[in-house]
Amino acid sequence: MAGDTLTSSEYIKHHLTNLTFGQKADGSLGIADTAAEAAQMGFWAIHVDTMFWSLLLGGIFLYYFKKAADTVTTGVPGGLQNFCEWIIEFIDESVRGSFTSKNVLVAPLALTIFVWVFLMNLMDLVPVDVIPLLAGWFGIHFMKVVPSTDLNATFGLAIGVFSLMIFYSIKVKGLKGFMGELTFMPFQSKNLVVQVLFIPINFLLEFVSLIAKPVSLALRLFGNMYAGEMIFILIAIMYNAGLVLGLFGGVLQLGWAIFHILIITLQAFIFMTLAIVYMDMAHNEH
Amino acid sequence: MNINLTLFGQLVSFGVFVWFTLKYIWTPMMGALEERRNGIADSLSAAEKGKHDEVLAKQHAKKILLEAKNQASEIKAQGEKRASEIVDEAKNEAYAEGERLLTAARAEIDQEVSRAREQLREQVATLAISGAERILQREIDAAAHKDVVDSVANQI
Repeated sequence: MAGDTLTSSEYIKHHLTNLTFGQKADGSLGIADTAAEAAQMGFWAIHVDTMFWSLLLGGIFLYYFKKAADTVTTGVPGGLQNFCEWIIEFIDESVRGSFTSKNVLVAPLALTIFVWVFLMNLMDLVPVDVIPLLAGWFGIHFMKVVPSTDLNATFGLAIGVFSLMIFYSIKVKGLKGFMGELTFMPFQSKNLVVQVLFIPINFLLEFVSLIAKPVSLALRLFGNMYAGEMIFILIAIMYNAGLVLGLFGGVLQLGWAIFHILIITLQAFIFMTLAIVYMDMAHNEH
Repeated sequence: MNINLTLFGQLVSFGVFVWFTLKYIWTPMMGALEERRNGIADSLSAAEKGKHDEVLAKQHAKKILLEAKNQASEIKAQGEKRASEIVDEAKNEAYAEGERLLTAARAEIDQEVSRAREQLREQVATLAISGAERILQREIDAAAHKDVVDSVANQI
């Protein structure tokens, strides 16, 4: 908590540290006690909080949609089914608008991305200290509740989309077509020698633009959510600075939270739309 | 910010979620939506067909009405014709009856006339005889000139 012996920078750092499980310096497995120890654990560690919250939110999403799908009726739909149908039709419309080929996987992919990312972003609206405080009562030091402020989560999603892109690119165009796309574009020449000279240049350009897709997907979501979370944390610091500033902070938090509703929805929508567009590009020759 | 195993955890859960969504959520939900869409389309086309049927039924009813009207006017015309026929027949009959009565009356009149003539003749004969008797009482015997008087009376 900010009111204890923590300074502001410690408070911020505390809020930005994941609950990391991995091998400690002395060789034993356990949860890192400090941010430095968490960093030291290296690659073979896992963020328990990110995994927990993302799986919980994904589970909530799947549970309610599955419930709606199990009791689905072609007659007059109930409240839950109505809600799910509303989202599904919205996704279906987006997919029909941007995706021109035929692939049954794309729409469920878009649905999963949209709802899951939205729910993960939504955790940002929970006041920053509430869940860490509750976790503190159970002896858990670190608790980062917004999975989309963890690079691992956003890169996990982006790499998932990227793998499907590569898979379908090769499946639709063949390995030759895919490599051709990487090396024979955008510069072309009828002269064979010039064409051969163009290959490395083309490859450099196309490879960078290919890699930029998942990286931008992941970093865009991460950056937006991380910045939003940071502002919430900074506002929360004001609560310790006296009554007037505290009240001012309350107003600020409310304003930012209302504005943030727009951002979290928009980011989920952007992630979904770009995933659809990338899948479309993977299916089409260009 | 550490990149670590969480990345793979997230990647795997993402894959599982997408698979689950495809298999258990998207397919049945879209199926239901599709089915409802078809149901609505069927209902609409049925309504359209009903409308069309109504128009046809209306046309049919109009046709029947027209036929009935035609039949009615035909029947009316026939009735009128029959009535005028009956009237004509009655007229003819009455005329014939009148004719018959007239003939009978004439015959009776003729009879009366001949009877009256007979009487007249007899009276004339008697009158003539009585006249002649009165004339001849002085000069002629009635019995002696009877044949002459009779021949005169017969000429009347």
